[in-house]
Amino acid sequence: MPLFDKKDKSRYVTFTRRTVGMGGGMAAIFAVLAGRLYQLQIRDGEEYMVDAEANRISERLIAPPRGRIIDRFGVELANSRRNYRVLLVSEQATEGVSGALDQIGRVILLSDQQKKKVLHDIAMNKKFVPVPVVENLSWEEFSRINLHLPYLAGIQCDVGETRDYPFGGELVHILGYVSSVSPQDMETDHDPLMSLPGMRIGKRGIEKEFDKEIRGRAGASRVEVNAYGRIIRELGKDPGEPGEDVYLTIDRQVQALADKSLDGQSAALVVMDVNNGDVIAMSSTPGFDPNLFNVGLSGAQWRDLTTNDHKPLLNKFMGGIYPPGSTFKTVVALAAIDAGIATPDYHVTCTGVFNFGGHAFHCWQHRGHGTLDVVGGIMHSCDVFFYETARRVGIDKIEQAARKLGLGALTGIELPGEHSGLVPSRAWKQKTYRSGWQQGDTLSVGIGQGYMTATPLQLCQQAARIASGRAVAPRIVHSVGGRVQPRPEMPKLDFTDDALDKVRLGMNKVMNEPGGTAFAQRITIPGLEMAGKTGTAQVRVYSAEEHQRGMLKNAALQWKMRDHGMFIGFAPVIDPKYAIVCMVEHDAEGHPQVVAARDVMQLTLQRDPARMPAAYPVHAAEMPTPGKQAALTRLGG
Amino acid sequence: MALRPYSAAKRSLGFVDKLLEVNWGLVLLITLIACAGFAMLYSVAGGHLQPWALSQMAKFAVGFLVLVAAAMIDVRVWMSLAYPAYGFALLLLLAVDVAGHVGLGAQRWIMLGPLELQPSELMKISLVLALARYLHGKSVEEVSKPLPLLIGLAMIGIPAVFVVLQPNLGTTLIILMDGCSLLFLAGLSWWWIVPTLAAGAAAVPLAWRFMLHDYQKARVETFLNPESDALGKGWNITQAKIAIGSGGMTGKGFLGGTQSRLNFLPEKQTDFIFTNFAEEFGFFGTMALLILFAVVIFYGVQIATSARSQFGRLLAMGITLNFFFYIMVNGLMVMGLIPVVGIPMPLLSYGGSAMLTVMFGFGLLMSVHIHRQVEIPRHSGGII
Repeated sequence: MPLFDKKDKSRYVTFTRRTVGMGGGMAAIFAVLAGRLYQLQIRDGEEYMVDAEANRISERLIAPPRGRIIDRFGVELANSRRNYRVLLVSEQATEGVSGALDQIGRVILLSDQQKKKVLHDIAMNKKFVPVPVVENLSWEEFSRINLHLPYLAGIQCDVGETRDYPFGGELVHILGYVSSVSPQDMETDHDPLMSLPGMRIGKRGIEKEFDKEIRGRAGASRVEVNAYGRIIRELGKDPGEPGEDVYLTIDRQVQALADKSLDGQSAALVVMDVNNGDVIAMSSTPGFDPNLFNVGLSGAQWRDLTTNDHKPLLNKFMGGIYPPGSTFKTVVALAAIDAGIATPDYHVTCTGVFNFGGHAFHCWQHRGHGTLDVVGGIMHSCDVFFYETARRVGIDKIEQAARKLGLGALTGIELPGEHSGLVPSRAWKQKTYRSGWQQGDTLSVGIGQGYMTATPLQLCQQAARIASGRAVAPRIVHSVGGRVQPRPEMPKLDFTDDALDKVRLGMNKVMNEPGGTAFAQRITIPGLEMAGKTGTAQVRVYSAEEHQRGMLKNAALQWKMRDHGMFIGFAPVIDPKYAIVCMVEHDAEGHPQVVAARDVMQLTLQRDPARMPAAYPVHAAEMPTPGKQAALTRLGG
Repeated sequence: MALRPYSAAKRSLGFVDKLLEVNWGLVLLITLIACAGFAMLYSVAGGHLQPWALSQMAKFAVGFLVLVAAAMIDVRVWMSLAYPAYGFALLLLLAVDVAGHVGLGAQRWIMLGPLELQPSELMKISLVLALARYLHGKSVEEVSKPLPLLIGLAMIGIPAVFVVLQPNLGTTLIILMDGCSLLFLAGLSWWWIVPTLAAGAAAVPLAWRFMLHDYQKARVETFLNPESDALGKGWNITQAKIAIGSGGMTGKGFLGGTQSRLNFLPEKQTDFIFTNFAEEFGFFGTMALLILFAVVIFYGVQIATSARSQFGRLLAMGITLNFFFYIMVNGLMVMGLIPVVGIPMPLLSYGGSAMLTVMFGFGLLMSVHIHRQVEIPRHSGGII
């Protein structure tokens, strides 16, 4: 190029040389960029692709509908109902969250506590997550909100599903209830559903025992989410599996009558089929409304439940243990006949008092019963007869007989929280009290007092075993999701037929022969007669001084100090079908427990599935039933 | 070199001549890259022209006019405007610094009517102009003398200090690189360069030890190992790498980039727009884009080497390098090779100031090209 001055030429040369150098540097940088691009996109591309997909796709759980709980005649005892609720999306609330709450507050009632909870929930969640403001609205309230909806920014109306117990507190001790998931639940159960907002799980009863089956399997929706977790669109859906229905052996009508008969009492009643163990009704009063636990209990409601001296939260038929009282005399009688002590010639004379080891043991009948055989002993519930008999049989044989009848062990019913009760033994006493077994202990156990305790359910099982002669055990679940639950073996009991017949006869006479302790409360419908054994369980110690001065009448005592009324029975007397137990705490005057048991047993017999179409086929267990005529003669009818 | 045959003596060209002289191939390349930018802005907005793509097109249109207008103006006029522009840019920088100190927080731009202007962007071009003007008058020997060197360094240093105070580390870096490159190209002696580089290398561990604050160290450490804090400080770079890497060989297709559409990418419409391009068009597409950039730079270098005046050469090369440094810093940053500094990808990233200054720069480059035959005496100060 022309026209360069000398100096410019050297500048040009330097410039060009250095420019070429820099060009090389730039090319090198471009090579680095290209190399890095190769590294990221070609060499590691697959890995980053996986990362990008993991970023993008998220699984959202779908709660499956909870299975129903249904009684033997197809009545729904627990189901789902529509849950009208109002949700708030904070990012859409143009007038702020508290502004939106104030606006809702003008349409429906909203307590400060509820508002506080909403503010808390909103703070805990992302801004686009709908947070429930109120749930379980009435249709009228829900309509009112819907009417005002155009003016309520950020508010959404939603119809969800929630657990419902149509019969309220009636079956609460069987069904249990559902409630929100606690942190402890999260630790023990790793079902992804547990973290779903608003999730409810079974906390008691059938709801708890069969929670996994009733809950169903979570569905999932594959969704594309953005960096903030907001759902952009759905990519695919797995509807999950709805929860399975549970069919119970319960008859809701009988249950209702049981609850009604025991209304106001602190009591328990169980009816079961003596042949296959199906529990027809199982009541513990007072109950409580399980719907409260679903919706959320207020502090005052919770205090009421926990401080009530009738203990509504206690499941008395299987979680409460009581001295069986005189109902235990059937066990002692069985042991005595089987041991060869109570032979047909065996008699005991009752003078009203039994002296032993320097102590006077009193009979409830202060006049005395005179001379009795074992049937008479049961019929009159003579204490002295059983003091003497128990003393001669000894605790070991009594314990054996009690265990054969299922006492002192869990019945295995499909409900959580069962208590095993206690059948005392020498070994047990040595272990617990570090002292030897005393004959006096045997006497107390002989009339169902002392260390002996049982749950009403165990006593019902005992009655059923005496009635059927087989090792029946109570069962309450017929089928789950169409799968019929297997029943345990019911082998014949290790008692002689003679022993069982004698005890049955004694129980028959208790109710159906004048002079029997429950003759006044017998079932009078021909063919449906009931056999039974009453009992009065002491809750306080009677002093010798009181025996001399005259016993205090129960009515004169505080409720808490009064005796429990106990009753076990089975019916019909011939070819028994159902066994029953009824226990009324601190009330034995006028045999309220026998009256309730009679009414419930009558209804049970009338509603036998043989006469009523059941929701599923009800079969008696395969067992040879004794011929009617033979039974009649054996029972002395 | 296919130059239009016209007399070397012809000192001025007519308007039409100049229009014909514009290197339209280069303009086409620039437009092509800008169109890729529009497409990306359309994509990151989820397939919408709003809010970015349309606005960016308008900005490009204005920039295009600026380019052509700047190209038409004689390079000597630009020479005489160099110092005033530098002074003006310095004043604006001072203004935002003061405004920032008065209590408006870290402020980088001022509003000139509807136009928001980043004085630091203006400064880059002004510095290149002013240095080219200053060095035009210095021979190779003079450049390495202490006084001229000191003046040159002061011209670079003063705006650099203003910008770093804003604080805007990325732009400071580019100003320093622009300025030092011009000193180098003007012939600064290796006797200065080698010891300085050696001293700089030696100072790095000392600076790490004594000068950096803990939070600054934390930033560097995050850069060195972003996965250690993938949800926190390393988030940007981790997500950017996922975006680029997941593009694979052929990309996810136009509008198919999930990382930006779902907001996993930070600053998706500005500093990290390149990652979206890489995600949607893959290795092949991105290489093509890099090649386009490289060709633009090649044109720039060619224009610089064919200019007759030292001013033109330095100006053209300064502009080209400035453009290159943008690409380099942004590219290395989004690919996780250097720490995150706020530098946009030229022509792709959304933003008015950057678009206007880049287009104005290309206008100056084109002016050098059109007036490449113009000789400027060593002591001339332009023609105004």
